[in-house]
Amino acid sequence: MNAGTQAPVERQGAAPGSDEKPIHILWINAGLSCDGDSVALTGAMQPSIEEIALAGLPGLPKIAVHWPLIDFECGPVQGADTFIEWFFKGERGEIDPFVLVIEGSIPNEKIKPEGYWCGFGSDPETGQPITTSEWIDRLAPKALAVVAIGTCASYGGIHAMAGNPTGAMGVPDYLGWDWRSGAGIPLVCVPGCPIQPDNFAETLTYLLYQAAGSAPMIPLDDKLRPAWLFGATVHEGCDRAGYYEQGQFATTYDSPKCLVRLGCWGPVVKCNVPKRGWMNGIGGCPNVGGICIACTMPGFPDKFMPFMDEPPGGKVSSTASRVYGSVIRRLRDITGETVDKEPKWRHAGDELTTGYRPPW
Amino acid sequence: MEMAWDPITRIVGSLGIHTKIDFKRKRVAECYSTSSVFRGYSVFMRGKDPRDAHFITSRICGICGDNHATCSVYAQNMAYGVKPPHLGEWLINLGESAEYMFDHNIFQENLVGVDYCERMVRETNPGVLELAERTEAPHAADHGYRTIADIMRSLNPLEGEFYREALQVSRYTREMFCLMEGRHVHPSTLYPGGVGTIASVQLFTDYLSRLMRYVEFMKRVVPLHDDLFDFFYEALPGYEEVGRRRVLLGCWGALNDPEHCDFTYAHMTDWGRRMFVTPGVVVDGKLVTNDLTRINLGIRILLGSSYYDDWEGQEQFVTRDPLGNPVDPRHPWNQHTIPAPQKRNFDDKYSWVMSPRWFDGKDHLALDTGGGPLARLWSTALSGLVDIGFVKATGHSVVINLPRTLTKPETTFEWKIPRWSNALERNRARTYFQAYAAAVALHCAEKGLAEVRAGRTQTWEKFEVPDESIGVGFTEAVRGVLSHHMVIRDGKIANYHPYPPTPWNASTRDTFGTPGPYEDAVQNTPIFEENTPENFKGIDIMRAVRSFDPCLPCGVHMYTGSGRTVKAMHVPTGLSGLGG
Repeated sequence: MNAGTQAPVERQGAAPGSDEKPIHILWINAGLSCDGDSVALTGAMQPSIEEIALAGLPGLPKIAVHWPLIDFECGPVQGADTFIEWFFKGERGEIDPFVLVIEGSIPNEKIKPEGYWCGFGSDPETGQPITTSEWIDRLAPKALAVVAIGTCASYGGIHAMAGNPTGAMGVPDYLGWDWRSGAGIPLVCVPGCPIQPDNFAETLTYLLYQAAGSAPMIPLDDKLRPAWLFGATVHEGCDRAGYYEQGQFATTYDSPKCLVRLGCWGPVVKCNVPKRGWMNGIGGCPNVGGICIACTMPGFPDKFMPFMDEPPGGKVSSTASRVYGSVIRRLRDITGETVDKEPKWRHAGDELTTGYRPPW
Repeated sequence: MEMAWDPITRIVGSLGIHTKIDFKRKRVAECYSTSSVFRGYSVFMRGKDPRDAHFITSRICGICGDNHATCSVYAQNMAYGVKPPHLGEWLINLGESAEYMFDHNIFQENLVGVDYCERMVRETNPGVLELAERTEAPHAADHGYRTIADIMRSLNPLEGEFYREALQVSRYTREMFCLMEGRHVHPSTLYPGGVGTIASVQLFTDYLSRLMRYVEFMKRVVPLHDDLFDFFYEALPGYEEVGRRRVLLGCWGALNDPEHCDFTYAHMTDWGRRMFVTPGVVVDGKLVTNDLTRINLGIRILLGSSYYDDWEGQEQFVTRDPLGNPVDPRHPWNQHTIPAPQKRNFDDKYSWVMSPRWFDGKDHLALDTGGGPLARLWSTALSGLVDIGFVKATGHSVVINLPRTLTKPETTFEWKIPRWSNALERNRARTYFQAYAAAVALHCAEKGLAEVRAGRTQTWEKFEVPDESIGVGFTEAVRGVLSHHMVIRDGKIANYHPYPPTPWNASTRDTFGTPGPYEDAVQNTPIFEENTPENFKGIDIMRAVRSFDPCLPCGVHMYTGSGRTVKAMHVPTGLSGLGG
């Protein structure tokens, strides 16, 4: 990495002295956000941020990341290494190509006479903050791809809860669900509150491979989620599903059994956390005793509250499962006893009883 | 001269800074702290089920959300009258300790550390770097870096060896956290009444193996940072003035002792003093109180420079606390949040942050948290109440005893009350508190494992939500004081106001004109940077601001001026006409 005014996360080309143009990543964390997705990404290990930035995987293009959370540059605004200047450069087309990453939901700035719900940097003309919506208007048309990180940016999330004062929404609500970049790439949404670290690292890596021409169009479902990550439900990957099948439901939160009757929405939520673990295979949600509150879903949070009540649909199916589950459990107990015993030929007696007949 | 940093990087949230700098006198003349994001939690939480509160409030912050979830669970426990099983509390303590270990580590090395790295020092104070190359690190034997410049090089973003190691450490400490609270940063296994975590021998083994790696790591990091920060005092005489303000520290206490904490308001004063981090208000080096009940009643929310309409004359939810003490209308229990978006005007309203103050009976004190660790260590040291073997508070210091690890012998660190509340001491305290958190975790792991071995594996207790109730939770978020005040009516949330540390630190000029802590600390900051205005980075200002560990979408705008004449460079920052 060179000194000077380049972004810190910019690596030099794979071949020293190569003048390969980097793909810039412009990261706006100033939606209605908590920065939790930025923070979560630093926990990714497959691949890690340093592996992405320093091309630890083969075939990744050279990148320059302008990411508020860890950027070396800071300003001042008028100075030589002002952070916000990269966003103006993006607007002026001076850093083509760039990927725009948006974190946090987008407030509705039209519902009030003046002021701003959220801003990012100041307008040199007026000295007032530039709203995040305005940045999206300026930058989205020039971006190679626009990525919404987290459920807020994807679908509105917590800050778009009923009764909110800001009229918050997701990026697809703001730009349109059919929006396509100049390069024909749809919006990419990686939901999660926060994102599962590797899920986002993997999606970003995929897009970089696509930009380098080595991967086909990123496969997304109708809610713009990467299909290979969000194709299955929580329940399909939950290691407590066995209890469900046997009709064994927890009545206290510290029970190892299935949490469906205590508020878990896992059976209808698209998310891979129980299967993948939170980080390095550790942690999770219902698999470790935390009810699924459906934080990856467009209907989150309103359609799942109160979180600690049993989902209405869960009652019918869990009652059915209790009936046939008790029969299954009895049969399994019988089998279980059989397989819990060693075969009778394992002993220390004088005679061999395994069935082997010596040829002599 | 006007200068603006907007947005500030290497913090959590969107933060801008506008200043007036007097380059002739090499001082910051004025500083305005503003925030540019409003989300409105207290607005949209009204009318919701109280049991949703910890899930929702966790989303306030993406780096310390679990502190909110924990604080909310504490407030709910009080409101519902439930006391979790001891083991449940030990597991929460282990989760929260891991949060301190993770968060302080990543912030110190990967965010703040860059302000002290070789590349930054070369670009701002080449003379200092030259001296660092010639200065042997006094504790080289402990951490392996021969010179101070070697330490600085190891902190260079991505290429620095220690920078990359710290990223790895931030990951296994998050694994420790996830073992206890499910996932990071918004926990999945935390509930009012306890946790859903299955407490097994395996859980403790997985946690302890990682904890001991961290303990070993701290035996290198504490001396490493002592060397680095001591060097700045030596290299730049007068550097103690950077980010310095009057000692006005608040700490709301953290990590409950389940053997004493019953979550009742009536006993809060007693169990508050049993916390493993002692609550306290410290003014000019003296302990004003360590009584959580008094701390609670002294909290006031002022407006002044923020984009809200006042709630004077609105309904008061709580007139007396459960002990019969009067509760002020400006107390969070009685607050109404009425957003009023408007243009930014540094002469009037310029921020979405309010101005929390602590009323000592006479003054509305603009307390800060010193980034969290400084206030926690200071308050704990002065009270002299914590004595658990691994940690002992002496009345003037905190002694941290770390056991033998794989390659390093038993080690004792003593954090002594510093002479100043300034940027370097906030940073130093952060490192010592990492060791403190690890030491408390060792204690909690011993206690928790003893419960498991005794067969007491229950971690959650049933409860009912009452129709009418109030609750308050106190804890220390990573960055300092955190309180959640809740009012329940008709079984729903009637009022809910969380107060994290950054509203205190990043607060604006209040109705009395008293500046908030960043504004105050930065306004006193001298400029040591060797650059001219044309290539000025404002590193001393950034070090002052980042020492508070700003967190949340909140902003600081500062403004710089040389006496009477203001020269705007390139662009107006919206501050023109301000004092210049």
